[in-house]
Amino acid sequence: MKKLLSGDEAVARGAWQAGLRFAAAYPGTPSTEILENLAQMPPVRAEWAPNEKVALESAIGASLAGARAMASMKHVGLNVAADPLFTFSYTGVNGGTVIVTADEPGQYSSQNEQDNRNYAAAARLPMLEPSDSQECLDMTELAFELSEQFDVPVLLRMTTRVCHSKSIVTLGERTEAEIKPYQRNFAKYVCVPAVTQKLRVKMEQRSERLLAYSEASELNRIEYYDKSIGVICSGDCYYYAKEVFGEGASYLKLGFTWPLPAARISEFCRQVGKIYVIEENDPYIEQQVQRLGFQPIGKPFFPPYGEMTCDVLRTALYGAPLPTPAYSRGDVINRPPTLCAGCPHRGFFYEIGRRKDVLIAGDIGCYTLGSAKPYNALDSCICMGASISMGHGAAQVFDSVKAKTRVVSVIGDSTFFHTGVNSLMGAAYNQSSVVTVILDNRITGMTGHQDNPGTGYTADGKHAPAIDVEALVRALGIRQVRVVDPNHLDEVRQALDDFLPLEEPSVIITRWPCALKKFSAEDKAEFAQAFRDKNRVDEDKCIGCKLCLKCGCPALSYDAQAGSMAIDRLQCLGCNICAQLCPKDAIIKEEA
Amino acid sequence: MTSSVLLVGVGGQGTILASKLLTEGLMQAGYDVKMSEIHGMSQRGGAVSSQVRYGEQVLSPVIELGGADILVSFELMEALRWLEYLKPAGRLIVNDFKIAPMPVVSSEAVYSDNILAQLQAAADTTVIDAAAIARELGNPRVMNIVLLGAAVKELGLAGLGWEQIIRDNVKPAFTEVNIAAFQAGLAAVQ
Repeated sequence: MKKLLSGDEAVARGAWQAGLRFAAAYPGTPSTEILENLAQMPPVRAEWAPNEKVALESAIGASLAGARAMASMKHVGLNVAADPLFTFSYTGVNGGTVIVTADEPGQYSSQNEQDNRNYAAAARLPMLEPSDSQECLDMTELAFELSEQFDVPVLLRMTTRVCHSKSIVTLGERTEAEIKPYQRNFAKYVCVPAVTQKLRVKMEQRSERLLAYSEASELNRIEYYDKSIGVICSGDCYYYAKEVFGEGASYLKLGFTWPLPAARISEFCRQVGKIYVIEENDPYIEQQVQRLGFQPIGKPFFPPYGEMTCDVLRTALYGAPLPTPAYSRGDVINRPPTLCAGCPHRGFFYEIGRRKDVLIAGDIGCYTLGSAKPYNALDSCICMGASISMGHGAAQVFDSVKAKTRVVSVIGDSTFFHTGVNSLMGAAYNQSSVVTVILDNRITGMTGHQDNPGTGYTADGKHAPAIDVEALVRALGIRQVRVVDPNHLDEVRQALDDFLPLEEPSVIITRWPCALKKFSAEDKAEFAQAFRDKNRVDEDKCIGCKLCLKCGCPALSYDAQAGSMAIDRLQCLGCNICAQLCPKDAIIKEEA
Repeated sequence: MTSSVLLVGVGGQGTILASKLLTEGLMQAGYDVKMSEIHGMSQRGGAVSSQVRYGEQVLSPVIELGGADILVSFELMEALRWLEYLKPAGRLIVNDFKIAPMPVVSSEAVYSDNILAQLQAAADTTVIDAAAIARELGNPRVMNIVLLGAAVKELGLAGLGWEQIIRDNVKPAFTEVNIAAFQAGLAAVQ
């Protein structure tokens, strides 16, 4: 059967066909849909882990117990999981194990553009790089075979376009992989020095065998057309290059990219004239080609950053992209992403944005949008969980010199569970004055509403214990804790007034669901009135002062003809923040 | 020969469903099809795009600058934003519909009255008032399917089994209004 699948969907399908038993992941664009799909594919046990390290370690445990296992994550997630990754490469597997890294050339939804192919080389992991959805399926299936054949976890490296582009895939059937018997094996799985010193030697021998496989593999394929130009490429770049050069060049398409097939690369380079290496992110292949004694054209002839789409290649090669209609872009106005109408983060960012002498340490999630106008309310954003630990460090310095600046750390519920808990533990233990604000919107929002340990549900929709955030925070040693409704600005203001002057760490929890969340039974009970009301403008009272616009709600607009504000009823969810900003009580709440 | 259709709009306008239906039809017609979207930040009120390419064998899933045969814009400003992706001889289908970007809402920028004229001067343009058509049909949300109908007509693909594709992909309660919207879109293009 043929189906149009995204790369993520095809990876899930390929893993299922390969007899996958256990999968774990933390949501992260562009990898999220892999686990979302696996959660609908019994008998796979598919779980949202609190973070990528937990996901990978769970997969390692499942492999140890004899099952085929998978962990999938975005590129920066593999940094979190890097600790187990390197040593897992030493022990190898029992059940075949595949680790998916979804990189983001172009940084559409990420804080950096790191090239995770470097992890394969650093950890000595065989790596596969699919170019389209059919290859995603086929390579995932193969990866499980290779994992067991070579006793090694396999890294499947994808990029945004491979993950999210859809192309036609031929589906196969599931082949059950027996759960292998578990046997205690000290010399393989207990990584103390006496063991790992031996494993280190075996690892080099394994790498030799992997190189031989790479040299012979059909995944590293030569296509000869015009030999005056030779293009070496992998992943989506293969299709971009082929679209631009057509049959005017020959291709070495690399699908098995660690270890790189040195002999095959040399063979190709000797056959062709001018050599181009076309790859996204780092000059990973290019440097290998150079080490083999050839002089390819790569970076920075092609930009060292961003995607290598056809227009980028044409601009590098011919000086310009294809011609386009003649027109002026002068009237194009940007559409910066904004907090949605009814977003529970709005009230907090309105209040914190008005404070002076605060350093606001941000984190990864929708609330990073608090950095934008009109709030301008974030001073930093580095990585998951960093808000609290960075805020803690900053507060220690400010406190030591009695600076006027106070520190507020802002983090969402899912990000708090990911790595914020450890950060808060550090703040509690070392007693800085950081005020941590946990924006608990009852879901993992930015990546499209995945459940997490705080929602009370698992990836496949089963009931689970929900973390009591307040109790957890107190258990860590935080004595000053307050839960507020972020739609009541007076509550938010009071909590900040009370906690900012403190000399000890404190936590404010704003508890209100994401405006886009599909409510669970528990949500319906707790937030019965949420998003049912509407706000409207009393045009007789409105003086058109636009003060309400300072809450940054996309449902608000100024009607210049009428000289008053207007609220889009379709968008408005009755959060009432704008009404609290109105000096004339001109915004009315209509209760449902 | 690969044909490229770029569907653009503002998050929430239904570009994704429209492009999904389009790809279903193209697949049933026996074409190789690739479709590409960027998820993430763009969904929070930002500009969104879906790229559909079809032909005997499609290579890149991404439409390049100057590469689209047809640009279908669900909103006026978005047509101007993405116009550089159209071939000089490409065709533009534009919804005569404005959604104010945040800088306009907050009075920092003005939404030009001149956009449609600029588009018509630059490209072979078909203007559709999909909002009015959808309102007449009793559901403003089916604007996207009106525009899909218009695009299908422009592409010369009106003969495929679109009614069934809509039935297979839309909730039963909304099937009839979506089919009516599709027909209205077909009829809106000469």
